[in-house]
Amino acid sequence: MPGHGGLIIEEIIQGFIQAIQLILAQDPALFEIVTLSLQVSGTALLFSALIGIPLGALLGLSRFTGRRFVVALLYTGMGFPPVVVGLFVYLMLSRSGPLGQLNWPIVPSLFTPAAMVAAQCIISFPLVAGFTMAAVMGVDPQLRQQVQALGATRRQTTLAVLMEARVGVVVSIIAGFGSIISEVGAVMMVGGNIEDKTRMLTTAIVLETSKGNFDLAMALGVILLGLSFATNVAMLYLQGKTFEE
Amino acid sequence: MANSEFVYQLQSVNKAYNGRCVLHVDSLDIQRGEVFALVGPSGAGKSTLLRLLNFLEPPTSGTVRFLDVEFIPNSSMPLELRRRVTTVFQRPILLNRSVRDNVSYGLRLRGRRNAARLVESTLEQVGLKELASQRARTLSGGEAQRVALARAMVLKPDVLLLDEPTVNLDPYNVGLIEEIVRALNQEQDTTLVLVTHNVFQARRLAQRVALLLEGQIIEVADVVTFFESPHDPRTRAFIRGEMVY
Repeated sequence: MPGHGGLIIEEIIQGFIQAIQLILAQDPALFEIVTLSLQVSGTALLFSALIGIPLGALLGLSRFTGRRFVVALLYTGMGFPPVVVGLFVYLMLSRSGPLGQLNWPIVPSLFTPAAMVAAQCIISFPLVAGFTMAAVMGVDPQLRQQVQALGATRRQTTLAVLMEARVGVVVSIIAGFGSIISEVGAVMMVGGNIEDKTRMLTTAIVLETSKGNFDLAMALGVILLGLSFATNVAMLYLQGKTFEE
Repeated sequence: MANSEFVYQLQSVNKAYNGRCVLHVDSLDIQRGEVFALVGPSGAGKSTLLRLLNFLEPPTSGTVRFLDVEFIPNSSMPLELRRRVTTVFQRPILLNRSVRDNVSYGLRLRGRRNAARLVESTLEQVGLKELASQRARTLSGGEAQRVALARAMVLKPDVLLLDEPTVNLDPYNVGLIEEIVRALNQEQDTTLVLVTHNVFQARRLAQRVALLLEGQIIEVADVVTFFESPHDPRTRAFIRGEMVY
């Protein structure tokens, strides 16, 4: 009779097998969960990049009063516990909350994918901005002077610096994606893990684990890891040949 | 270009950093089509003066007149005029791209994307045609400086500012670069402003020479007068290498 360790190993192996079976069977419920996870985290990442990359570039390239305070806030944001972000967004969006009571169409309702996007965006944008800022600050400061001397406008100079810092910028996006595709606290709180509506891979893993379906939870975990790996490989590919140097 | 005999006319120009004046030029004219050398020891303010001439920084007080336009404190030059001047810096800072991409960079900034022939002929001029596809950061110091020179030459500027362009290079590359810039001046009538602490190089290349000491112009004269019968004892001492810092 195998011991506890043997049982766990068996569970993991079973999980791998079931993950492959679920993928091969093209299970519609699984497909829906995976699609929603990618949609929510992908949209949140897009907004994070749109906010975070320019903010990181601004903080990395310019000096202004209050910059240190903004950087300190950003560093704090990089360590935000997702569950606290979830709680904050929950309170803001709830019907009696400051945003929820406005009833504006732009403000997402609780327990919707849009609310989950908002929460994940708050988690990932400080990471994107922080890593972008560090990457931009790592570029030779004389490069700016050089491209300006070649006739670059301010915008062209910023783009040139960002292009030189592209390895770091891609890392910032990967870090942002990693922080949200794997988080459970915020999406559980503002999404509610509602079947066919707001169930994501991470919240489904929590649910299946609590029900004792370890092999299914493990299978979902394997799919989540696979997705994360595939996304990162795609980003590195998009980054071009920089890593070949 | 305007019909004026001068490309630059400086009047009472001061440049200060944190309240400390590092450059004070009462009057200085640079003629169109000449090779003008600025010599002086390290820290004399030569590079600061070049930054003003490239409009990278405005003067703290006074006027830098370029053609008929005045560059005054708290101002910026119109982009079109800024793009008629470019600098080759002492340390060539190349973009992390191919040699060809580096050379065509300034053209792309100007929206000229179909200038392959011009780029290739410029690469040929500096003897780097065979290395066009190589990554710029894998080049030797001399090759990198030639890329920086080609990147500036391809823009066909009215004025080319050279900030110690051959320092730390081997005699072969020094000779090559001097030959290229001499040809540029003679064949294309490009005005050259050469900053160097190498009096021999100033003598080989320039038609007029100025000595800059502690932020002030001590003497300006044609190359023969400057080297054979200078008026100021400090110029004589500098030429003889007697100045100890």
